[in-house]
Amino acid sequence: MERFRRMAGLIWLFPILLVPAPAAAQVNLDGSWGNLEILHEDEPERLPGPELGDYLGVPIKNAARYRADAWDASLLTVPEYQCRVHPSDYAPSFAGIRIWQELDRDTQELVAIHIHHLAYSTERTIWMDGRPHPPDYALHTAMGFSTGKWEGDVLAVTTTHLKEAWIRRNGLPRSDRAVVTEHFIRHGDNLTLMTVIRDPAYLTEPFIRTRDYVYQIAGRNGPYPCESVEEIARPEGAIPNHLPGTNTFLQEFAAHHGIPPKAARGGAETMYPEYQLKIRSGEAGTPVPVVTKAAK
Amino acid sequence: MRNPKLLRNCALACALLTSAAYGQNGKAADGDIHILPVQGNVYMLVGAGGNVAVQTGKDGVLVVDTGLAQNAQKLLAAIKTISDGPIRYVINTHHHPDHVGGNVTIRMAGSTIAGANVTGDLQDAAVGALLISHFNVFNRLSAPGAQAAVPPAGWPTSPFMTGQKKLWFNGEGVDILHQAAAHTDGDSIVSFKRSDVIATGDIFTTTDYPIIDLQGGGSIQGTIAALNKIISMIIPVFGQEGGTLVIPGHGRLCDLGDVVNFREMTVIIRDRIEDMVKKGMTLEQVKAAQLTQDYDPLYGSTGFWTTDKFVEAVYKSLSDKKSGAK
Repeated sequence: MERFRRMAGLIWLFPILLVPAPAAAQVNLDGSWGNLEILHEDEPERLPGPELGDYLGVPIKNAARYRADAWDASLLTVPEYQCRVHPSDYAPSFAGIRIWQELDRDTQELVAIHIHHLAYSTERTIWMDGRPHPPDYALHTAMGFSTGKWEGDVLAVTTTHLKEAWIRRNGLPRSDRAVVTEHFIRHGDNLTLMTVIRDPAYLTEPFIRTRDYVYQIAGRNGPYPCESVEEIARPEGAIPNHLPGTNTFLQEFAAHHGIPPKAARGGAETMYPEYQLKIRSGEAGTPVPVVTKAAK
Repeated sequence: MRNPKLLRNCALACALLTSAAYGQNGKAADGDIHILPVQGNVYMLVGAGGNVAVQTGKDGVLVVDTGLAQNAQKLLAAIKTISDGPIRYVINTHHHPDHVGGNVTIRMAGSTIAGANVTGDLQDAAVGALLISHFNVFNRLSAPGAQAAVPPAGWPTSPFMTGQKKLWFNGEGVDILHQAAAHTDGDSIVSFKRSDVIATGDIFTTTDYPIIDLQGGGSIQGTIAALNKIISMIIPVFGQEGGTLVIPGHGRLCDLGDVVNFREMTVIIRDRIEDMVKKGMTLEQVKAAQLTQDYDPLYGSTGFWTTDKFVEAVYKSLSDKKSGAK
């Protein structure tokens, strides 16, 4: 009788055990994810940054090309530019990230996924609770406004309300009208992040970038403080820039790597493998001679 | 158990969360007035014409700019959903109809605190809110023969002639700073010190190239100087973001990074046109050079303020020995 009573007391648990857990992450992405171990992946784009005039492989419009041609790296010495953070569509490309979930205490439902970027210590929120994006007159930020949903085991994220930033750190712009979609795909201890940038102002086609990360058991991101200083004395409001047709640095990339100058100018065509055939056949123009130290 | 204050607060909250704070459809140009809480005591109202800033508190309501005349009643109704307190001050950032058109309606819906010998001498001293602007706004609106944007009841009642006017209202300092020869010759920047919000008028917008009203006393160099001034007033939290928020004359809510981007564009295009002016190029040659092609996707327009008009205004402004000389 006593045994029956105990079992009866446990029976109420069964329905609870049969109820599925609240909609939460299909895959747990929590933890520190590093990419320094695989920095060789697109390395020039990362720490050193792209070369001036390298627009190869980016589906830019003429407007973006013209703007990047005017870009002067000295702009980064202007105090208002020194601490500008990488936007959310670029920051995870630069260095490691840390991901954690925000769960509702009572329902244990997933409210949001947060990401900390090593670069500039920025943090973004991906809302998972179905809230709408803000109106078009709301503030734009470097992190933008992100909402996410699970597509199977893949976290799909849509980001709007981004502040104007860069698609490459050589002056190629990404406008504040861009909409970015991301897919976070976990394979055991590896994470792939695919970023798709659609920018009606400066791109003719979506620009797609993937980055890979390795799970770090003892991963930890250090602080990334930044404080503006006056590096160069200039008149108030002076903005370093190259006047049209005067930027002599633009030829260096093509010359250094021995590729046709036309290819260096980028555009959608240069994204696709078929373009390599055009380069080989000479259809893309004649490469300029490789500049070596001896030749100088 | 009925609690009128609670009911009123709930109604306000519902209004803000549904039709206002996030907008009925999230678009600013749908004919409705949308209310966006900015921070502190300040709200941004979108859809009346130019953007409108509203500051509220225990002392009443302060309104910066009043939109187009035809939207004045809708604007007033929107203001009343934020606060049913008395409208005490209206400030005009400049004299254009999309910023002063609702002056009469908004001003006359309010009142000025008046007493002592003033009310004896001026019996209408308390009628309508005090309407503040730089004196050049008053001059433009009241100029003989000029097509006035508003009738006399909507002209500034308290114009200031020096570079600055200060108020203390709703527990914070309000700094009104005149910017000479920028968008016009009567521009004012309004800074809410505790709320940490700046309303710029049309010196700064996110929708167009800088609108330089040469006939109204504007200039490219004055516009850049005013943008420099705005930037100098902003303190960001981190990464050139947050902190001081900026309500532009048109477009979305902004912070430092947005104003810096706008100044960058303005300075770069100024530099390009100035280079051609110095080389003796004609306006037609400058236009043919398509010097704005990199920013046209962002600011180019075929509407009221076309890219051609902007280039022409910069060219003429720089060619003018008085305002164009660096």
